Amino acid sequence: MLTKRIIPCLDIKNGRTVKGVNFVDLRDAGDPVELAKQYAEVGADELVFLDISATLEGRGTTLDMVMRVAEQVNIPFTVGGGISSIEHVDALLQCGADKVSINSSAVKRPELVNELSNKFGSQCVVVAIDAKQINGQWKVHLAGGSIPTEIDLFEWAKEVENRGAGEILFTSMDHDGTKNGFANKALAKLSDTLNIPIIASGGAGSVQHFKDTFIEGKSDAALAASVFHFGEIPIPELKKELKENNIEVRL
Amino acid sequence: MKLVIINYGAGNIKSIQFAFKRLGVDAILSNDPDEIVAADKIIFPGVGEASSAMKMLRESGLDVLIPTLKQPVLGICLGMQLLCKSTEEGNTKGIGIFQTDVKRFSNDVKVPQMGWNVIKDLKSDLFKGIKENEYMYLVHSYYAEHCNETIAKTDYGINYASALQHNNFYGVQFHPEKSSTAGAKILQNFLKL
Repeated sequence: MLTKRIIPCLDIKNGRTVKGVNFVDLRDAGDPVELAKQYAEVGADELVFLDISATLEGRGTTLDMVMRVAEQVNIPFTVGGGISSIEHVDALLQCGADKVSINSSAVKRPELVNELSNKFGSQCVVVAIDAKQINGQWKVHLAGGSIPTEIDLFEWAKEVENRGAGEILFTSMDHDGTKNGFANKALAKLSDTLNIPIIASGGAGSVQHFKDTFIEGKSDAALAASVFHFGEIPIPELKKELKENNIEVRL
Repeated sequence: MKLVIINYGAGNIKSIQFAFKRLGVDAILSNDPDEIVAADKIIFPGVGEASSAMKMLRESGLDVLIPTLKQPVLGICLGMQLLCKSTEEGNTKGIGIFQTDVKRFSNDVKVPQMGWNVIKDLKSDLFKGIKENEYMYLVHSYYAEHCNETIAKTDYGINYASALQHNNFYGVQFHPEKSSTAGAKILQNFLKL
């Protein structure tokens, strides 16, 4: 059976991990390659690198980092953050990234999803969607969740599926950082209306939250950052507990 | 050991090259028929869309060269699918080494299948030391139907051939280069064939 995936997310700036990371065994917790290797060893199923570099120079460093990750890490990884052109995606894939995720650039120019999936295949196109509820309606937000739009989450997700997205990474801005659990109702609705995999993001605080998102939220994968980086939820124990609850995971 | 990865413009071959480098083998990327024929082992990769990949193979004459190869050849993902008789993707005629057809998953399951699934009923030295129900990383919307060349099986909505073998030709639907240590073991086995 296809297993549910556990995905640590690393924020990268100028080729270095930025959010505090507290991994005792690492020589250099700021080195994304060291961290990625460590995560691969403890059983992460995939990795996401989110590039928050503000400059072109910083982005260039990220390409070099992607190459080093691909050289040394034997599980798949996605790179996202500030990607808006075919050339940029080509460069990332050439460096060994397995998938790219696009977000605001797809909202600004939805044809980008078609162009990327036609050229590189749906399997490597992840569309990341940040949304929060406004008057009970899930609205898509841009620029890391800071700019609201009138776009409905579910309509947008369906549209990008039709345009060739291979996967949706849905972050609930209402849940992100709260450690109160994932947005399972919205996730389940996405999973029911779409026929591509859905990655849950935002709100992970306990093992129970992962169980809930896989069962109630019908998520195919769950992404989290701080609970993994600070060792609050060790991945081997998380997966063991999911398995004991009859949720298929790779052990 | 001269290992050649056939480079015909399809997909992310860096990852395969890196995976062999981790095993201490420098793979050559090439579309030169002489270099391919002179190799000890050949990797036939492929990510992307079947009809455009087949078109690239035909334009370079590789579709004619590949069936004449005598050394071990390993098709990965779309590479494996193109070694079959045909694929529903773009209604494409394949190279026809494996006597089976490639179909699209039904919409009863999410398509593409993306993630880790198990391989079982393992036959062939390619899987020496690999335990039954080992996890492999897969990303695909089309699958090969079983035939008597099936050497591994996987369930996703239906039970299909996740690996095939015909004489010196091997094909795996999963990505051994992305499948952690067990995947690396399969690549190492291939080098020993």
